[in-house]
Amino acid sequence: MSTTTGSRASSSTIDGVEISRRRNPRGVLLTVFTWILALGFFFPVLWMVLTAFKKESDAATNPPTFIFTPTLQQFKEVFDAGIGTPLLNSLFATIVSTILVLALGVPAAFALSLRPVRNTQDALFFFISTKMLPIVAAIIPLYVIVGRIGMLDNIWTLIILYTAMNLPIAVWMMRSFFLEVPGELLEAASIDGASLWTSVREVILPLISPGIAATALICVIFSWNEFFFAVNMTAVNAQTMPVFLTGFMSGQGLYWAQLSAASVLAALPVVICGWIAQNKLVRGLSFGAIK
Amino acid sequence: MSRAEGWRRRGPLLPALIFMIVVTQIPFLFTLFYSTQSWNLVRPGSRSFVGFDNYTAVFTDAQFWRVTLNTILLIVGTVIVSVILGLIFALLLDRKFLGRGIVRTLLITPFLVTPVAAALLWKTSLLSPTNGLVNWALSPFGVHTDWLSQYPLMSVIAELVWQWTPFMMLLILAGLQSMPNDITEAARVDGATSLRLFRELTLPHLRRFIELGAVLGAIYLVNTFDAVYMMTSGGPGVSSANLPFYIYQRAFLGFDIGQAAAMGVVTVIGTIVVASLALRLIFKSFTGNEEAV
Repeated sequence: MSTTTGSRASSSTIDGVEISRRRNPRGVLLTVFTWILALGFFFPVLWMVLTAFKKESDAATNPPTFIFTPTLQQFKEVFDAGIGTPLLNSLFATIVSTILVLALGVPAAFALSLRPVRNTQDALFFFISTKMLPIVAAIIPLYVIVGRIGMLDNIWTLIILYTAMNLPIAVWMMRSFFLEVPGELLEAASIDGASLWTSVREVILPLISPGIAATALICVIFSWNEFFFAVNMTAVNAQTMPVFLTGFMSGQGLYWAQLSAASVLAALPVVICGWIAQNKLVRGLSFGAIK
Repeated sequence: MSRAEGWRRRGPLLPALIFMIVVTQIPFLFTLFYSTQSWNLVRPGSRSFVGFDNYTAVFTDAQFWRVTLNTILLIVGTVIVSVILGLIFALLLDRKFLGRGIVRTLLITPFLVTPVAAALLWKTSLLSPTNGLVNWALSPFGVHTDWLSQYPLMSVIAELVWQWTPFMMLLILAGLQSMPNDITEAARVDGATSLRLFRELTLPHLRRFIELGAVLGAIYLVNTFDAVYMMTSGGPGVSSANLPFYIYQRAFLGFDIGQAAAMGVVTVIGTIVVASLALRLIFKSFTGNEEAV
């Protein structure tokens, strides 16, 4: 995405078109309009962040309070309310499942791209088909099975489910990165007498490591935000951040500022990851279909 | 390819394949089995084989049809509106202007906010009848509505549109930026108007990206649960419940495993029918893309 942006920018500035466009009043208006639209669209998030720094008395006013003295009190309150455990659970489930996805997914993507197996299309189709089906159809037996083996309210249950949830996307996405490795490079390496393992380690992995990083970030986003499995499979011990937030539902209107502080803590890690990975986000979400 | 070589190639694939089969396919077989059982956790020892009775009950359940309709409305409504908004945003972003990077970052943020937090934000800060921002902003026009109880499904759709527009925008933006420059330049030199350029060059080029966005959006939206659960809990009645929420209610609040399983199977069959049509579209997209590479 970024490369095309670059080439376009350079081609459109060649004959000074860009300069005349910038001075054109219609262009300025369009820019202002775009900014207003973007700020309006973003405003709910900004409001959430502002509310998190308010006192409860400032948070629930009508009309809304725009000028206030910021306080960190709400963040202290949510830590006192026990946000620590869900925070750590979310962190653990996210990191471990992402590592598992990469451990299973990188070799699979390799087998489906550079040294393709027979029936590659079938395998790819199978992976993607698991994303097509509604999760509700599996939740009941999963609940029963997990209950029978005594794994309810256990973070490892979520880790396994999150790995299965992200693996198909990761395989598709990483396959599209592997396919970009130039074949001549591999041939040259094998002519130079490099073993398969050497060329994987020294030619392929360095080339696709940005792709792997992007894939990992996408997995992090999905795991961190996941709610359906978490709410059905966990109670107290393995509670994750989204489930912790539901605890505020009954007291809505009473602890708005505190709820906002907890929401900010829940959203912040993913928002930052997403900002970093924004160029690769589409490819991840579209199963690697778009570059 | 020799047999040994075949296995050496297959080796790296097998762990992932086996893992996915075990975790995703076995539960579904159980769902099929449970759907033939009369099994309510509240009545222990009452479990028995009832054949297709659960399915009959599902199909004669008026609420189930209402919920199915809600699910379709929710998916179609969200996809259409977020594609249109996403297209507008993408077109606005596809020009050079001051702070373009920041604007793009602002616009994608709703997609990243934890869905549960986003749903709570909409419920409490935006749509609340007493001190919600929407009513406050509309008060000069004399609007004062309890959005969540009067328009529950629309409220959920509005929140989902807010979350999904950035995804559509990113996808369509990728499409716009993959457009070959020389053709549009040539058309412009030939004196084509912007509108004509858009209708006859840009839109046809974007079609593939819009289709892909609609299909992927629908795939993700079939599983919508957070927004319904947090904003309306499916209510009032079942007026804003979708299939995942309704099945969840049957299984985890009504403890009716057999019925919930049957509904799950019906949902899957419905999704397979729709998805196999959609898959044809999406695969055309994928292969088209690979040819282009």
